[in-house]
Amino acid sequence: MNVAAIQQYLDIAYIAAVVLFILALKWLSSPVSARRGVLAGEIAAGLAVVATLYNPELVAYKWIVIALIIGAGIGIPLGMVKITAVPQRTALSHAFGALSAAMIGIAEYYVGLSHITRFEMGEIGMEVIIGSLTFTGSLIAAGKLQELLPQRPIVYKGQNIVSFSILGAAVILAVALVINPQNTVLFPIMVVVALLFGVTLVTPIGGADMPTVISLLNSYAGFSASLLGFVLNSKVLIVAGALDGSSGFILSVIMCKAMNRSFTNVLFGAFGTIQTSTTKTEARPVRSASAEEAAEILTAARKVVIVPGYGMAVAQAQHKLREMHDILTKRGIDVSFAIHPVAGRMPGHMNVLLAEADVPYDRLIEMDEINPEFPRTDVVLVVGANDVVNPAARLDKNSPIAGMPILNASEDQTVMVIKRSMSPGFAGIDNELYYLEKTLMLFGDAKSFLTGINKELNTAGAGA
Amino acid sequence: MPADFISNLYVFILAGFVGFGLIKRVSPLLHTPLMSLTNALDAIVVVAAIIITGRHETPLTVTLGAIAVAASFSNMVGGFFITDRMIRMFKSGAAKKS
Repeated sequence: MNVAAIQQYLDIAYIAAVVLFILALKWLSSPVSARRGVLAGEIAAGLAVVATLYNPELVAYKWIVIALIIGAGIGIPLGMVKITAVPQRTALSHAFGALSAAMIGIAEYYVGLSHITRFEMGEIGMEVIIGSLTFTGSLIAAGKLQELLPQRPIVYKGQNIVSFSILGAAVILAVALVINPQNTVLFPIMVVVALLFGVTLVTPIGGADMPTVISLLNSYAGFSASLLGFVLNSKVLIVAGALDGSSGFILSVIMCKAMNRSFTNVLFGAFGTIQTSTTKTEARPVRSASAEEAAEILTAARKVVIVPGYGMAVAQAQHKLREMHDILTKRGIDVSFAIHPVAGRMPGHMNVLLAEADVPYDRLIEMDEINPEFPRTDVVLVVGANDVVNPAARLDKNSPIAGMPILNASEDQTVMVIKRSMSPGFAGIDNELYYLEKTLMLFGDAKSFLTGINKELNTAGAGA
Repeated sequence: MPADFISNLYVFILAGFVGFGLIKRVSPLLHTPLMSLTNALDAIVVVAAIIITGRHETPLTVTLGAIAVAASFSNMVGGFFITDRMIRMFKSGAAKKS
């Protein structure tokens, strides 16, 4: 077969891959067809990789094979991590994706050095800058999520000025390269400056903002792949990158809305201005209850809503919650789970954590759907969540979380909160919900407390 | 502007709109698998990495290319693997009873 004919077959394979990519995302719309979506994606990827290996431009396979084996060796263990570790795995995969795009962009610069046009240099410059900053930014995010780096926002005076000066320097270097693409001294400096900017971009951001940051980095990683497609004239990369980029973009907008942050805030990633709360917690009386009392209240209820937060996952209490769901459901009590968009550490994280514990997904209800249900609910059980049920978001204009959409837990009959102590949550603010007349605090470790309630429920059930 | 750029821009814009349309319809239940799946799809940059590596032009491009192959292929393998693992965890109430 001649080279042109092979090239045609390769193009057909890539077009098929693009079609399958789109179908994969379409099928992901519901849990029923989602596995088919993954399969479509796998076939597309497999097809594209195998087709590429037949590319007539390839002259040596040794390093390709070695790198593929190394890649599989890294990828498989990263595919087996615990569900609680999925956010850091995801951040790491954004880092790898961006690294890959940046490396290819850099290689492309040196390959075309003798005949590179200004226009091509502009494309490469942009691609390499976004790829590099996404690489280091994602590594920092992964480090924070893995708790290798401090979770709290690391801020210093004038930090936004420093960050944007670094970005400005990278852009100026890129412009200088467009004017003179053959300047091989400036190119590596531009890469290093862009890498540095990624560090300064994400370092100041605190743990509570990680769902937004991950989504934003997702978007950057996607768009850097798209830009690479422009550099290489590869439509398959442009499409895959655009799909990934728009997905990350939509998710970051959803996360922003869920935390009441502005749209410009997302685009420029300037979350550096998080205020440290000064609210002091004075000792105020709360009502507390035992596992036995909690079990009695649950048994008397007709409709129960559970509000899980990341604290539940930290305490490994999701299996106990599912047990409780099973016991209560068997007695004809309506039990559902209210999922706030930022519950967990990345978009949708709480759903996966509960699905892993075998909670049926039709019991996981999103915020906008569950909020009208609260006035008809007898008992709300809050486990390891805090800010997402804090009425201050609606009532106190001066609160750091003012305007953030919350789960209206206080509108029901009785609220029970499982909590280790009265210490405030991520945003560092006190929660009025705990001091309400209808609220019972269940002090203790979530897992052991739920075990206690379940035991009471079971003995009460056996007696009846 | 080069002609290639214009046609690439068309593709990019259309793909962006398709992406928006599709992703808006993904249930929030599946936002975590969505991110890992799009990440695995994005790992298609491995094809560009393979070409750079296999052209065997200079030691520098082979090194950069091989790093890119390893990084993106790990995303491809790990991304599909974990997405499938997560999606298998989602069971409906009806499926559970039977």
